Amino acid sequence: MKIDVLIIGAGGAGLVAALNAKKSGAEVLLITKEYPTRSQTCMAQGGINAALGNAGEDSVEAHVQNTLKSAHGLANEEAVRLMCSEAPNAVEWLDSIGVCFSRTKEAKIAQRTLGGASASRACYAQDYTGLKILHTLYDRCLSEGIEILSERYLVELLKDDENAIAGATVLNIKNGEIEKYDSTAVILATGGYSRIYDKNSTNSTASTGDGIAVASRAGATMVDMEFVQFHPTALKNSSILISESARGEGGYLLNSKGERFTNELAPRDEVSRAINEEILKGEDIFLDIRHLGEEFIEEGLPQERKLAKLYENVDPVHDLIPIRPVAHYTMGGIEVDESSSTNIQGLFAAGECANHRVHGANRLGGNSLLEIVVFGEQAGKAAAEYALGKESLERNVQSNFQLKLETHEHELDFYEMREYIGNLFYKNVGIVRKKSELQSALDEIKDIKSKLHLMGVSDKSKVYNTNLVEFLEFQNMLDICEEVASSALKRDVSCGAHFMAE
Amino acid sequence: MKISVKREDKFVEYEVNIAERTLLEVLKEIKTKQDKSLAFSSGCRSSVCGSCSMRVNGKEVLACSYKLQDGDRVEPLKNVPIIRDLVVDMNKAYAFNAKAKAWQKTISKSIAVAQDDEKINEVQSDCILCGACYSACPVYAVNEEFLGPFSLTRVWKYVSDVREEDEKEKIDTIQTNGVWDCTLCNECTLVCPQNISSKSDIEKLRSKSAMAGYTDPSFANSFNTGFGFDGSPTF
Repeated sequence: MKIDVLIIGAGGAGLVAALNAKKSGAEVLLITKEYPTRSQTCMAQGGINAALGNAGEDSVEAHVQNTLKSAHGLANEEAVRLMCSEAPNAVEWLDSIGVCFSRTKEAKIAQRTLGGASASRACYAQDYTGLKILHTLYDRCLSEGIEILSERYLVELLKDDENAIAGATVLNIKNGEIEKYDSTAVILATGGYSRIYDKNSTNSTASTGDGIAVASRAGATMVDMEFVQFHPTALKNSSILISESARGEGGYLLNSKGERFTNELAPRDEVSRAINEEILKGEDIFLDIRHLGEEFIEEGLPQERKLAKLYENVDPVHDLIPIRPVAHYTMGGIEVDESSSTNIQGLFAAGECANHRVHGANRLGGNSLLEIVVFGEQAGKAAAEYALGKESLERNVQSNFQLKLETHEHELDFYEMREYIGNLFYKNVGIVRKKSELQSALDEIKDIKSKLHLMGVSDKSKVYNTNLVEFLEFQNMLDICEEVASSALKRDVSCGAHFMAE
Repeated sequence: MKISVKREDKFVEYEVNIAERTLLEVLKEIKTKQDKSLAFSSGCRSSVCGSCSMRVNGKEVLACSYKLQDGDRVEPLKNVPIIRDLVVDMNKAYAFNAKAKAWQKTISKSIAVAQDDEKINEVQSDCILCGACYSACPVYAVNEEFLGPFSLTRVWKYVSDVREEDEKEKIDTIQTNGVWDCTLCNECTLVCPQNISSKSDIEKLRSKSAMAGYTDPSFANSFNTGFGFDGSPTF
């Protein structure tokens, strides 16, 4: 079967890319290591930014300026302008295909304030914004007859003699077979790498940076990998996200003495550092939304209430919510140009795995759901145009990937290593960094990499071997960790989420 | 304390510390510390991705939101092929969304959605496709092609949306293996982690179908099943 555009990853960016590639006339195939509706996008709660001005005055220019300010000089202003000016169209399109956004009394899309924003700019659907967008996009793909193959794990990108992309090799998780898909163009929409912090992350366990690691092995450039956003308010014990909208709607941050200690609506990096400082002083930190009232919490933050009850045994209507900052979003990723193209001919990237330089050193809340729509569209169209303009040859590139299910005993347990690295990175490559600690984290990662042959897969089954998939993910995370630590070391000066202690 | 997990055809017991922990946390501990071959799916840990749907003591739960009790028996979902241990193949179940044409047919450009309009299908659009309703539905025992609770809820989500200008295609589609095959037993409602009632969505779709001129086929057939119009037996 001839595929023009192979899309890897079926979260918001992948689904939007597939819709647009198909609309541009390309034969598309969408593959994902999970099922589409299980992607990280479903966890986005707060909203999607667009300067609609439905809740007070706003402008595209203000959106641009807020985004640039939070990016601390590392954003590409042109890309930011494109994203912010396309934002109203993006939201209008989502509305037109059936996303159930919350509404104002005037029958307009409701908007609320998130950190670092000068206006109420985030369009939302209760605190299920990502979920509702993701599912509606999935339904749209079904209506367009887009073929989706689930439970396929990317292991290798294929290139032809001229170094252009030729397809991908994937592991069919269900039966353990290696499958090869020939394609003229490939779009990576594989998500971020917050899970290198293991349990110290709000993310799904699937956010292991696979696409970035595989692309890098194929020769793609990773850029700004040291920039990891720590979300100020995750539940203390489980790292489950409590949306920024809780603060946007008027929630306070309190220490053990019941004192407020920071501006709750500053950008995420600043709030996380303020919390971190208090924690280092020995304080426990709490989010207080009791004064918002039960009716308001039920209407605007129903998911938060449910999760706080389940994981911390507290009811936010009556109790303080214990929180701490954990890894939430990774600004770094595969370098792409103004048409979402990587440095490998025919390889495109969109969403969290890509770095379109719109977030710079610190992403604003509400800009990630926006980026998946705007740049998913761009990547889909650009990849289709590339593929349809290229002479179609039977290239039949061979895969070099070998799946190894060794039978020897493993001296080291990679699950223990994964947890160890997660804690090491949270401490040494976390909210506040020191050169000496970064160096020791990098040294440890190199050491662990050199011992990789002592680790391996214990489960020998070919059928749905999650032990194998997790080991492959672990190896990708090791590559990512090395890049994160070494790029952090190269940046001496504090910048946004990369904060160096004096 | 012990829990048992169904693997292949038998239950395997595991000794675990379950105090105030979710089933998913405990399954992860078993996998990383006791038995690396245990297979289950998981993702977000916060009840929005629908990956970790399974059954405990016969009832559908999300592993990430179920607090374990001593002696719990954990099994995979019903009505779907088991791939391995607690992992099931959802492809056929999810394919019913496409068969039911569960999407907005027309692209709406200028229809204003009021607050009340949005409330009509707010709960239905909370669906996470965990498949709990599909597993609990008894209709699959007799009709494997039943469009099923989550797909029909999804159809109602779009049919009830003011932005859908052409609902007829969907109403036509759900007449076969659809709304009339449901027994209204309400099992789907009882297991939904998002408080969606597919049963009542199906009832609403029946009303819409009736308004479109469709009737319950079993009711229609009953006129020719051995009784005359006056109720007396015909021979």
